[in-house]
Amino acid sequence: MGSQGGFYQSKEFLDLVKSIGEARSKAEEDRIVLSEIETLKRRISEPDTPKRKMKEYIIRLVYVEMLGHDASFGYIHAVKMTHDDTLLVKRTGYLAVTLFLNEDHDLIILIVNTIQKDLKSDNYLVVCVALNAVCKLINEETIPAVLPQIVELLAHPKEAVRKKAIMALHRFYQKSPSSVSHLVSNFRKRLCDNDPGVMGATLCPLFDLITNDVNSYKDLVISFVSILKQVAERRLPKAYDYHQMPAPFIQIKLLKILALLGSGDKQASENMYTVVGDIFRKCDSSSNIGNAVLYECICCVSSIYPNPKLLESAADAISRFLKSDSHNLKYMGIDALGRLIKISPEIAEQHQLAVIDCLEDPDDTLKRKTFELLYKMTKSTNVEVIVDRMIDYMISINDNHYKTEIASRCVELAEQFAPSNQWFIQTMNKVFEHAGDLVNIKVAHNLMRLIAEGFGEDDNTADSQLRSSAVESYLYILGEPKLPSVFLQVICWVLGEYGTADGKYSASYITGKLCDVAEAYSNDETVKAYAVTALMKIYAFEIAAGRMVDMLPECHSLMEEFLASHSTDLQQRAYELQAVIGLDAHAVESIMPSDASCEDIEVDKALSFLNGYIQESIEKGAQPYIPESERSGMLNISNFRNQDHHEASSHGLRFEAYELPKQTVQARIPPASLASTELVPVPEPVYPRESYQTTTVPSVSSDAAELKLRLDGVQKKWGRQTHFPSTSTSNSTSQKTVNGITQVDGSNTANSRTRETYDSRKQVEISPEKQKLAASLFGGPSKTEKKSATGHKSSKPSSHMVKSHAPKSSMEVASEKTSPVQQPPDLLDFGEPTVKSTAPSLDPFKDLEGLLEPTTQVSSAVNHSSTAAVTKSPDIMGLYTETPAGAHHKDSDILSGLSNSPMTNMVGGTTTMQVAQSSKSPNLKDSLEKDALVRQMGVTPSSQNPNLFKDLLG
Amino acid sequence: MGIRFILMVNKQGQTRLAQYYEWLTLEERRALEGEIVRKCLARNEQQCSFVEHRNYKIVYRRYASLFFLVGVDNDENELAILEFIHLLVETMDRHFGNVCELDIMFHLEKAHFMLEEMVMNGSIVETSKANILSPIQLMDKAS
Repeated sequence: MGSQGGFYQSKEFLDLVKSIGEARSKAEEDRIVLSEIETLKRRISEPDTPKRKMKEYIIRLVYVEMLGHDASFGYIHAVKMTHDDTLLVKRTGYLAVTLFLNEDHDLIILIVNTIQKDLKSDNYLVVCVALNAVCKLINEETIPAVLPQIVELLAHPKEAVRKKAIMALHRFYQKSPSSVSHLVSNFRKRLCDNDPGVMGATLCPLFDLITNDVNSYKDLVISFVSILKQVAERRLPKAYDYHQMPAPFIQIKLLKILALLGSGDKQASENMYTVVGDIFRKCDSSSNIGNAVLYECICCVSSIYPNPKLLESAADAISRFLKSDSHNLKYMGIDALGRLIKISPEIAEQHQLAVIDCLEDPDDTLKRKTFELLYKMTKSTNVEVIVDRMIDYMISINDNHYKTEIASRCVELAEQFAPSNQWFIQTMNKVFEHAGDLVNIKVAHNLMRLIAEGFGEDDNTADSQLRSSAVESYLYILGEPKLPSVFLQVICWVLGEYGTADGKYSASYITGKLCDVAEAYSNDETVKAYAVTALMKIYAFEIAAGRMVDMLPECHSLMEEFLASHSTDLQQRAYELQAVIGLDAHAVESIMPSDASCEDIEVDKALSFLNGYIQESIEKGAQPYIPESERSGMLNISNFRNQDHHEASSHGLRFEAYELPKQTVQARIPPASLASTELVPVPEPVYPRESYQTTTVPSVSSDAAELKLRLDGVQKKWGRQTHFPSTSTSNSTSQKTVNGITQVDGSNTANSRTRETYDSRKQVEISPEKQKLAASLFGGPSKTEKKSATGHKSSKPSSHMVKSHAPKSSMEVASEKTSPVQQPPDLLDFGEPTVKSTAPSLDPFKDLEGLLEPTTQVSSAVNHSSTAAVTKSPDIMGLYTETPAGAHHKDSDILSGLSNSPMTNMVGGTTTMQVAQSSKSPNLKDSLEKDALVRQMGVTPSSQNPNLFKDLLG
Repeated sequence: MGIRFILMVNKQGQTRLAQYYEWLTLEERRALEGEIVRKCLARNEQQCSFVEHRNYKIVYRRYASLFFLVGVDNDENELAILEFIHLLVETMDRHFGNVCELDIMFHLEKAHFMLEEMVMNGSIVETSKANILSPIQLMDKAS
């Protein structure tokens, strides 16, 4: 078939395609498409368009959408076309619909019915086409409409249908796992389908299932290994070969699955060693596909329980990748290295020069991959070099997405491995300066907390040094013209807390700087709010220290501005500042204790300190508080509201509540307590205390409102804190999400460790440029080993190591979890632990045998008719009779297989279907196939009765 | 999920085939195609055939005037995807005989049908050329 189109393509279509093909610019292409849209709009709705013509219009619509223009005017015609009798037209209709519509489009409902009808078609190609559409168009709500039919199709005699039915179930699983949870056994069954295509497709859903729940599928390890072995031994039909590799895509999928199943499971992994080793040997490393399989082997080896021989093979393969001239292979090598160093950190060393070459390569992709590797191999000994490099790179790129990522990595590494406070603060400054507002706000909150808590818990001088150096560097940085908002928030907060702490800077100097910030960034409310609060802290510390406070003139004017600000938050803060300044030293000290940001807030939920006041009120004749549950209506609350917002009262009659003024006073207490409980994780320690101590009635109500306002600016900063004790002791899973928030204890160890090794690193820096870099990255050969060993040990509890081992450790946890679950029944039933793995597999395979034997019978009988298929069938037989054999004692007898199948009732309709089919004569089967072929040839029967054709052909 | 989308784009950056395995609106598609095509076309022969873009990795391969771009998840085996592209081209070659850009343009639906057989739900399901092409040949015979 030439490139000049098929038999039915009109000149119009050819011209359109040609003109699109010849368009020299996007503008020209747009012109062509726009005029095409006009033509189509006119023509497509003409009545009695022949269907060939219609098909062409639909493809022209596809072009319109593909080239970025809206073709929604024609969607309905595509939907209509799915009803067509001619397969090619129908399929084109379905194709267009899947390209045009997403699964929630209104028109989908019109197609569900067509799909249902087509799934029942006795032309298997129609069924396949409908199944393709199912995978794209059926959403969660419409799954039940087609599910029963699809389950039936799992036993369809045509392998193409079974394959697509499996994929339809896979799709449902992706959409809504619960909708097919009862059908999971079908996937296991289809793994042993006698068609390798169906088996290969089944690996896709199984991969997803195993990813989500490894432990339920440990029994399949042996089957997977056996399939992989047979694939590698070329037992599959030649058609699956690709560049002399036997079914490489199936091999890769299997290796991925094995990597999941073997991770952290010694017993399962031991079953895999031989086959993975075989594949290592057999892979042709001169072809791309061979290397693809090799790479997958490395991934598998580095995921499963380590085996020295395999690790060696993996290391060999990696060094071949890295030494290659191909950038693609280098990329894969770097990636593979990153996986393997988790298990054997020493292998990085022999590749140091290759790694540095990649790092300095102009190819951005390679460079990024190398940074990823460096990130994984960062230790306290090389953190400075790596982070500096990362920051340099971060500054050089424009891609915000990647900039954000690399910035957060820098922060993470700096927090974990910082060799000195000085360095840490400087690194953070650089990140904030250059990545600016791309940095997650959490990172800023984290930094504030780190500065507040310090690195060394027992070492107060180190902490104050850290703070002093932070203050110093921030004062310096404030000279820069434009700083990101997030960074300014950190600066303001730190200056407020610690600006005057070491006595180096006077209060007036710091407050002056803060005023400058507030003025310079006058359109950033958050920064201004931070600045005001910082000012308040500085003044409070001054007052508490018994010094006279004299406000700078610019500060005065700033306050005046804020007091009249449109932002209620700013206004509130300004008023608070005014109030605090007016108080005496004692009161101020309890409101704003110095350096108390890390202390836990004790919230007295019962508000017991108010007891005296309540007692007094009751004695004076006030009514006691009635808990909300005992109150009859919402009267009190609405009263309370009315009281709060005088204007808001819409019911004039409510004014009769005048006689209960005292009740409302008490009614305020529950809302206040409500507010405080809902704010438990939130509040800045200072404000609640303040409000409770100065319990004048008006301030309580304003305080409730004020606390709510405060949520936005302050919440995150302090939110962490109350939770902190629990998170710091909690495990790695939470740590990852928190983005290094709890690394403090980790960095403690890192920090102390670095001091020891700091000097030794210095000595290395003598050799030429690259050597130097290599040395600083990888450390001296003899030294590293020792260091990494100690690093390993000491940082075990630290979050970094936990994190890098995250998959493994979580696996361990998981396997621990299941072993008690699995074992009890095993112990009871079998006693022998070795039987354990096979025991659960018994059932599915029993089912299978019942199913398999008859179907293979049928298919082999059918296959006798075509010589091409005859060569295929022994392979298949070998493949599938062996699979169950490996798993348990096999019932090879067909009769017993048959007699088994009715017994396994859980298979239900499927089983009986199969049995029924096996009882049919092969001739009948043949005739059905012929029948199908005839239908495809265009003789589409109008009658729904296939028997008619059977008689004719049989 | 694995494969997120498959694009065929010529060296002028014009889309010749687009198949997405997750739903994107027309605008999102247009923006995405523009960005990644620009990125990939700017690269030279020596550089990796892989490009990171947002949370995708793009694996691409050039055949004469046509680029094949496959967007995959981060944990996908890039080399295998690269070979998958080649398999797709070989399959089209077997069907069209010396496939070229125009073949795909004139038989857009056929190219889509082949992809439908090879990839479902973003996973590679069929790699045997005979199995991929047989339904298409049967259809051709029937019409």
